[in-house]
Amino acid sequence: MPKVTYRHPDGREDVVDVPVGWSLMEAAIQNDIEGIVAECGGGCACATCHVYVDEAYADRLPAIGDMEGDMLECTAAERQPNSRLSCQIKMSAELDGLQVTLPDRQT
Amino acid sequence: MAAAPYVVIGGGQAGLQICDSLRRLGYDGPLVLLAAESSPPYQRPPLSKKFLAGDLEAERLYFRPSSWFEKNAVELRLECTVTAIDRAARRVSCADGSVVDYARLALATGARIRPLACPGADLADICYVRSLADSEALRARLPGAARLAVVGGGFIGLEVAAIARTLGKSVVLYEGLDRLMARAVSPTISDYYAALHRGHGVDLRLGCGIAAIERTRHGLLVRDANGGEVEVDIVVAGIGVVPNDEIAAAAGLECRGGIVVDAQARTSDADIVAAGDCTWHYNGFLAREIRLESVQNAVDQAKVAAASLLGAGEPYVQVPWFWSDQYDVKLQMAGIGMPHDNSALRGTTASGSFSLFYFRDGRLVGADSVNRPADHMACRRLLAQGTMVTAAQVADSEVDLMQIARG
Ligand SMILES: Cc1cc2nc3c(=O)[nH]c(=O)nc-3n(C[C@H](O)[C@H](O)[C@H](O)COP(=O)(O)OP(=O)(O)OC[C@H]3O[C@@H](n4cnc5c(N)ncnc54)[C@H](O)[C@@H]3O)c2cc1C
Ligand code: FES
Repeated sequence: MPKVTYRHPDGREDVVDVPVGWSLMEAAIQNDIEGIVAECGGGCACATCHVYVDEAYADRLPAIGDMEGDMLECTAAERQPNSRLSCQIKMSAELDGLQVTLPDRQT
Repeated sequence: MAAAPYVVIGGGQAGLQICDSLRRLGYDGPLVLLAAESSPPYQRPPLSKKFLAGDLEAERLYFRPSSWFEKNAVELRLECTVTAIDRAARRVSCADGSVVDYARLALATGARIRPLACPGADLADICYVRSLADSEALRARLPGAARLAVVGGGFIGLEVAAIARTLGKSVVLYEGLDRLMARAVSPTISDYYAALHRGHGVDLRLGCGIAAIERTRHGLLVRDANGGEVEVDIVVAGIGVVPNDEIAAAAGLECRGGIVVDAQARTSDADIVAAGDCTWHYNGFLAREIRLESVQNAVDQAKVAAASLLGAGEPYVQVPWFWSDQYDVKLQMAGIGMPHDNSALRGTTASGSFSLFYFRDGRLVGADSVNRPADHMACRRLLAQGTMVTAAQVADSEVDLMQIARG
């Protein structure tokens, strides 16, 4: 199963197996990763599942949709060029090894 | 004797959040979550959205993995329905005969579906969508069905209609009032959604309640109040919910269409708080009492309730928000826009991306955004901060509302 590393603001890392088709948000929630709140449960309606993705994977990620782009303007922690909503990234074999960094706050 | 636990009744979004917040706030005593359903706490919104449409495993809806309950020492008792609260003895009794003593108590009993009341409403196969089990049952029947009748033009009925149309089913939707989502949105939004659903092929019957449902050889016959009749395979009703306040009322707690709580989420008993769909509460932002059915309310009020259980009550002042997904259109609501005395349109309905901002006495009170999340988020901020904006400002798409909100 592909793996994803969630890096916390303090440098701690959690490496998690993510089933193909699951979102990075779902995998974080089901593995009890602190730092992903996901109030709307993946509805692209809350922006509390914000992550910074590893640049090396940028071109393998699905494109940012209009909705996601707008919601990213409203994250609690500052938007960076590599900001994404983890509920909008579905796991695939190509993303094996992906690293994401969690922001210091979601609300 | 060991200290009695803090007990939370109801394993929905509010109950889970109370447990989570109690631990985050440092409560390290015993904690018990009594939950009537057989699944651990899970998300309800997807039940009428992507869960219904697809093949998501139920566990993907769970708020927390089972390890979380162990790690946080939350004793989750599933299929445990509380039948009575004895406030004098500080003890609750459950349907299975067990009793649980409590030091403090939180009620997060939510709401249950309002059943249809017309003749035929008792036919066993009428579907509702409140619980995971409800949604799974409807989902399992969809592949074998071609024709649906949806009763109720509120959020859940409309979401179900959208999914059914997307799956290629024929859909007749009955709404007794003359417009959709009438309690929650303004006529402009209702009309937009009526056109949206009709454009997707829904046979939308406004101002048309149903009179009776009968079983036929091949399905169910729906007779409407205007004399029409349609045969379908499935009837789904979404006509609202009823707060689960009976055990609170029976224990002598004040209830008025919901368990009455103050701005600190405290009931009329100082040792008992309540949060979520089950409460009739005072919201400091709205400066009035209200009952809300939303994720926002469940989460934010639960946080207030947990703090109050520990004696440090911050008042509940959060801005209400809500969303609904129908087809590829996202409706997001900030504040409470109804009633209002003025409104301003931002964007155009023709473009499919617009917001209606609502004003009362010259003050912004809310906005409904259609495929325009940036407006929604800006409005939430403006409302939370009490930033003054005018109708002319919000109507001008060149004015950056987030910029104003950021100050
Ligand atoms: C299909 C659907 C779609 C929705 N979509 C949205 C949306 O898009 N956006 C949004 O903001 N909100 C949405 N909502 C509303 C939102 O899900 C609810 O407001 C929220 O779940 C309320 O949480 P709660 O914990 O207060 O109540 P509930 O979720 O109702 O949980 C209460 C729990 O307590 C249990 N219980 C009740 N009585 C007892 C007892 N005596 N003993 C033990 N347990 C008991 C119940 O079985 C239930 O599990 C939707 C709801 C539904 C049903
Ligand atoms: S979970 Fe709400 S936007 Fe991702």
